[in-house]
Amino acid sequence: MYRSQTLALKYFSAAITLFGVMTITGLISAYYYLNPDFLLGILPFNIAKILHINTLVMWLLMGFMGSIYWFLPAELGRETAGIWAAEILFYVFCAAVAVVAVVFIFIQYGGSNEAALWFINQGRKYVEAPRWAALGIVVIMVVFAYNVIGTAIAARKTTGIITVLMIDLIPLILLYLIAFPAISNMSADLFWWWWLVHLWVEATWEVLIGCIMALALMQLLGTSRRIVETWLYIEVALVLGTGILGLGHHYFWIGTPNYWLTIGGFFSALEPLPLLGMVVHAVYDAGAQHMKTTNRPAFYWMMAEAFGNFIGAGVWGFMITLPQINLYAHGTQWTVSHGHFAFWGAYSCGVISVLYLVLQKTRNLAFVDGPLWKWSFAALNLGLVGMTGALLVSGFVQAFVERAIGGSTLNAFISGQENAWFVDGMVARFLLALVFTAGYVVLVWDVLTLGRRAPAVAAVAPAQ
Amino acid sequence: MVVDDPAFWRAGAISTIAVMSVVLIMLTIDSLAAISPGGSHVPPYTVINQHIDYKFDSNRGFDVPVISGAEPLFGKSLDEATAAALIDRGKMVIQSRACIDCHTFFGNGAYYAPDLTKAWLDPDWEGWQAVTGTDTREAAMVKFLMDPEQYRTWTRAMPNLGVSEEEAQSLVAYLKWMAAVDTNGFPPNFNQIEKRQ
Repeated sequence: MYRSQTLALKYFSAAITLFGVMTITGLISAYYYLNPDFLLGILPFNIAKILHINTLVMWLLMGFMGSIYWFLPAELGRETAGIWAAEILFYVFCAAVAVVAVVFIFIQYGGSNEAALWFINQGRKYVEAPRWAALGIVVIMVVFAYNVIGTAIAARKTTGIITVLMIDLIPLILLYLIAFPAISNMSADLFWWWWLVHLWVEATWEVLIGCIMALALMQLLGTSRRIVETWLYIEVALVLGTGILGLGHHYFWIGTPNYWLTIGGFFSALEPLPLLGMVVHAVYDAGAQHMKTTNRPAFYWMMAEAFGNFIGAGVWGFMITLPQINLYAHGTQWTVSHGHFAFWGAYSCGVISVLYLVLQKTRNLAFVDGPLWKWSFAALNLGLVGMTGALLVSGFVQAFVERAIGGSTLNAFISGQENAWFVDGMVARFLLALVFTAGYVVLVWDVLTLGRRAPAVAAVAPAQ
Repeated sequence: MVVDDPAFWRAGAISTIAVMSVVLIMLTIDSLAAISPGGSHVPPYTVINQHIDYKFDSNRGFDVPVISGAEPLFGKSLDEATAAALIDRGKMVIQSRACIDCHTFFGNGAYYAPDLTKAWLDPDWEGWQAVTGTDTREAAMVKFLMDPEQYRTWTRAMPNLGVSEEEAQSLVAYLKWMAAVDTNGFPPNFNQIEKRQ
């Protein structure tokens, strides 16, 4: 095994750990809606929420990096260049995440000065990590880019997938630099912040997971390189063709000119197209292989990725993206419903799929199956889709009662939040979050014991 | 066949990205001018010296901020530099206390607490003057922000974030300025319904 692949295993371990922190802090945030005095004065809602969404970003990022460190040496036929630096930075990365989490939990906030932004909390959604830590992430991403590009140079070869990946890493790093400024004008601040958040999540990350899924498909189903590369280019063209100006759906209400209503509405309405293409691609490849695979969890998680991306990011996003609806849905639990489904479908399922592929190789398993992954697959997806539905009910109520009827004042907000249907949605969300948590626990148990349980699941040949 | 050729789609991807990126850059240049303070959509910071309202504009088909007459914040009219410094401080308070992870600004943020886009114009502040023993909206807001747990209104309480009087004043200035931003009618019907009643 390459050192790069050993490092990949470490990244997956860290990613799955942070997945757990994300789940626990999500539970705490969800419980706040049922019992607002819970931990008030100890761990306020905003800190629990910060931990929830930042560990979301970090576990996915670590999952992506682990995936690339896993596939890269095999793809280019040599050890990853500068792997020693990446190995050191992995521990720096983990230590930095731990320090930031401790500061968030125990210090929480500082005074209204630059020092607070440098060392405690930047207070900008998704990029709350203090600047020193954000600088660290830049260094880690630069070294990661060097690992990929340097390996291609040293190997004197590249492939279509690796070329797309190398190009994608450049905007990925440059866009992250928007995490630093503190612009007083909220309109300008959010304008640039959306360059970071949208062009990461709905553009560069989509390309990154597209590259990872292309590499995984070749290993999982033996799909030909020509087919996966063709699809990758189609997806890149459609994702960026619709997603770059789809950025406009975040510019409806932040003080920007009203031409964004037309441009943002039009292009974001097209954003589901590439995601539908991924479903077609996945179904076609699965059918071409007659659903035969030696790694059932990886296969089913990849299918969940394709369908989840289309439904969660595409369909759920389309539901609220037209300005006529977004005027009422924006900033409500309806958005939360979309956010949960989209991140899960677009990224989380893909990372879990690659994790099972990696485990098959590292534990030398001829065939991966068994009851545990099915339980975790069912509980995680049922919990997540259930949460999405519950949040949608609450979101509809909020859009109707607070925005449409009440006119969005403090009283209207309270009327919406106290509405019985809204509360029912929040209770259902919490209960389904518990189901999701159970699925996570089973996933961890399966991942830890896969191929080590007696009788080993790997020893059993597929029945078909 | 051309559609089976990865090179065909590679060329398509490159040209699509190039065109879309150029259009985005052009629109960004135009938008940045519109959203700079004093631009067509975002008022100068000295707007905090004036009266601000939010009314339906029949030509545009939605609610727009209406700026009229003098109404100095805390009874003092501020020059451009002082107003800008106050707004700068207000934004630092918002970031340092991570307000956006409970509230929303222009609908962006978390969803646990009310949207603050037009909070300055919330008719509820009139009632809060009696509760806080103050005689102006801005004074009531300052009292609330300095000790929100004392003025708890419903089941969800805002935690005490150690906001000083100066910080609270800068926050109020920020919210007043933000209420004057032209948000293409978001949030819809804000305070219009209560006014009609």
